[in-house]
Amino acid sequence: MNIVVCVKQIPDPADPGALDPETKTLKRDVKLILDESDSYGVEMALQLAGDEGTVSLVSMAPNSEVGGLRTALAMGAESAVLVSDDALKGSDALTTAKVLAAAIAKSSPDLVIAATESSDGYTGTVPEQIAALMDLPSVTFAKEIALDGGTAKVKRQTESGYDSVECPLPCLVSVTAGVVEPRYPSFKGIMAAKAKPVEEVTVADLGLDAGSVGWAGAGQEIVSIEDAPAREAGEVIEDEGDAHERIVAFLDELKVL
Amino acid sequence: MTEYRAPLRDIRHVLSSIVDIDDLGQHFGGLDLDTSMGILEEAGRFIVDQVAPLNRVGDTVGSVLNDDGTVTTPPGFAEAYKAFVEAGWGGIGFPEEYGGGAMPGTMGIAVQEMLTSASMGFSLCPLLTQGAIDMLLHHGSEQQRETYLAKMISGQWSGTMNLTEPDAGSDVGALRTKAVKADDGTYRITGTKIYITFGEHDMAENIVHLVLARTPDAPPGTKGISCFIVPKFILDADGNPGVRNDAKVVSIEHKLGIHASPTCVMAFGEEDGAVGYLIGEENQGMRYMFTMMNNARLSVGLEGLCISERAFQQAYQYATERVQGRTVGAEKGSSNAIIDHPDVRRMLLTMRAQIDAMRAICYYDSAAVDRSLVGDNEADRQAAADLAQLLTPITKGWCTDVGCEVTSTAIQIYGGMGYVEETGVAQHFRDARIAPIYEGTNGIQALDLVMRKLPMNGGAVIGGYLADMAKTTTALQSAGGELAAIGASLESAVATLTEATTWLGENGMADPVQAMAGATPYLEMMGIVTGGWLLGRSALAAQAAIDAGTDDPSFFEAKIGSAAFFAAHLLPRAAGLLAAVTAGRDVLFRLDADQLAS
Repeated sequence: MNIVVCVKQIPDPADPGALDPETKTLKRDVKLILDESDSYGVEMALQLAGDEGTVSLVSMAPNSEVGGLRTALAMGAESAVLVSDDALKGSDALTTAKVLAAAIAKSSPDLVIAATESSDGYTGTVPEQIAALMDLPSVTFAKEIALDGGTAKVKRQTESGYDSVECPLPCLVSVTAGVVEPRYPSFKGIMAAKAKPVEEVTVADLGLDAGSVGWAGAGQEIVSIEDAPAREAGEVIEDEGDAHERIVAFLDELKVL
Repeated sequence: MTEYRAPLRDIRHVLSSIVDIDDLGQHFGGLDLDTSMGILEEAGRFIVDQVAPLNRVGDTVGSVLNDDGTVTTPPGFAEAYKAFVEAGWGGIGFPEEYGGGAMPGTMGIAVQEMLTSASMGFSLCPLLTQGAIDMLLHHGSEQQRETYLAKMISGQWSGTMNLTEPDAGSDVGALRTKAVKADDGTYRITGTKIYITFGEHDMAENIVHLVLARTPDAPPGTKGISCFIVPKFILDADGNPGVRNDAKVVSIEHKLGIHASPTCVMAFGEEDGAVGYLIGEENQGMRYMFTMMNNARLSVGLEGLCISERAFQQAYQYATERVQGRTVGAEKGSSNAIIDHPDVRRMLLTMRAQIDAMRAICYYDSAAVDRSLVGDNEADRQAAADLAQLLTPITKGWCTDVGCEVTSTAIQIYGGMGYVEETGVAQHFRDARIAPIYEGTNGIQALDLVMRKLPMNGGAVIGGYLADMAKTTTALQSAGGELAAIGASLESAVATLTEATTWLGENGMADPVQAMAGATPYLEMMGIVTGGWLLGRSALAAQAAIDAGTDDPSFFEAKIGSAAFFAAHLLPRAAGLLAAVTAGRDVLFRLDADQLAS
């Protein structure tokens, strides 16, 4: 079983991030860490691979950043491919998917796992774009994955419960956050991760044209960025005997009843 | 309750400016600062997520003795301990041969710092285990090391140190627990031990008690003490925990703090004698104890830092959120966060600067212990060992006293709410209060410093230490500006310390009681000046980082500010202690015991 996990390395959410007013994108020249939402996919992959299979990582990040990859390697993944190239600056979601798909294709995996969405960009489209580009079936919102021969049996989170879905391998599954308990890297895992191979490749190495990625290849434009509106004061309901009715009316108005 | 934040930048700064980890790391497979921090970041993430949230329940529920003689640790402790063992954080400073991480002890100290800040009660189980590991590493037979160390270093088995008895506390030589040799070469131990930290609990598969006892023909006093391994479960032929040994907890103490840590009264040999195995030779137990004492005392000194850090984080948060009163110049009718009031500032900065000083002292001490083991040549190793010997009572004594001061200040910042238990800030004060008492009271630390450490090598060790301080003074003064002002304050404090040291040398030689009378104020003075000195070095390193174009100038400017505050507010305290150091014996003994009460 050869599993590839797509992992994103993002600025630490604990430190307030900053947007570059010129490019209107998140500043990524700080130290990057493993996106927490990807730690669930890494954990699922490690559980599925067990002792027999292999788990490898694919990531796209600026400045040859490997901080987040090392965390996932310390958790137990065996190797990683990092796509890092100045030409990728300004890439939109579809370009990112093209680049990741090219990197994933190199290892012909049985299963590709991705998070539902990243914790910095939140486009939530890249996994399905990768699947389409690689002509793989894709299952979204997985809360549980089981492998049975050449089939992936996936419990797919829905609003009311879950769907049981079966899908032939190879396929791509995007997993929701919080569905497994990601392991903490052990001291020995951290030390071992230092020696694990991280192959850094460029756009050209992947056979892609530099003109088709980055700002040049982006099919979208960020027109403007605004600060989030300040939170407004809430409505205070003084109880004059009818508070319950007014609360019900309020909730009704929000269509939550 | 404020969540604990691992102070990784502060740790990085001391590893760089005080420890010189890149240099020390050459003896540890080329370990460098970035690699060290990569490891500590993951350790910190684990500790912050898994251990720190248990601190409160550790205090409110505590460990409980059950009717069947078992002890249940607070909810979540056993699970967190299991995860701690699986992650392997307890053994990183121990040899690879037994499954350890082969890192410098200083890396172990950094993990220990975060663990102790997260929950001091929790941290005591691994801490006592470390002490037992040290003892076995240095003095256990090869067979004993093979049998016990791997499981103890992993943490699957924990360890305890059994010294104190009802009539043998600071005077260990008075202990009465008996050890009688059996026909098979093992010993039968009988006696009662008190204050045994984690003497019984539900977190580890076995507990390896190290017990001090006397053989029947042993000479009196400390020269007749032997040390024994007494496992809770005697190992079977395969080395696994087997038959229950005759070593049981009788009761656990109701204490001011560290409620999570079961402090046990242990009864050995109530039935037919607990089976014990001699470590090394008979009557050498006290000597063996001394080899692990530097590490154990450093670890307790570290507790002063750790609890202070946790209390500071909480008090800082409160001071930024609590709105009360109007500062001078603020708009009429408005209110300010209390952090804007000058005296709250003073309190917070006092805490901040003392924490920085404690961290520098603890890590400097730890690095000296490391270099005493791995230095390039015998002379370097001996110099480092001497430095560690000198620093041990300073680390233990000063940091634990300051720990009480800082945690008390945290309560003061909270005002009335700090005195109310539900804010959780009082817990730090209660937890911190044990540290000046155990592992050699601070009174004993002061005596150790004045009577044993100052005379080392005919005064050459303290002489070299004072000379090192003078070098930093010079460097600060030639750096100019704010650093020069720190240097001037330090120069004056070093002069005071030198005068006090000389007085103790001259008068203590003729009459030891003269020196003993001034030992505690001298220890305090030594702690303050050592703290100011190392913060001076920290400030020089911070300035160098700023000059080199660091991407985090605000952090380094804060380190200079912390050192400047220490130099302005705390270093001058040294001068005020000089009179007490040199007051001599007469003022203490002028009143007889009856007059003291009247």
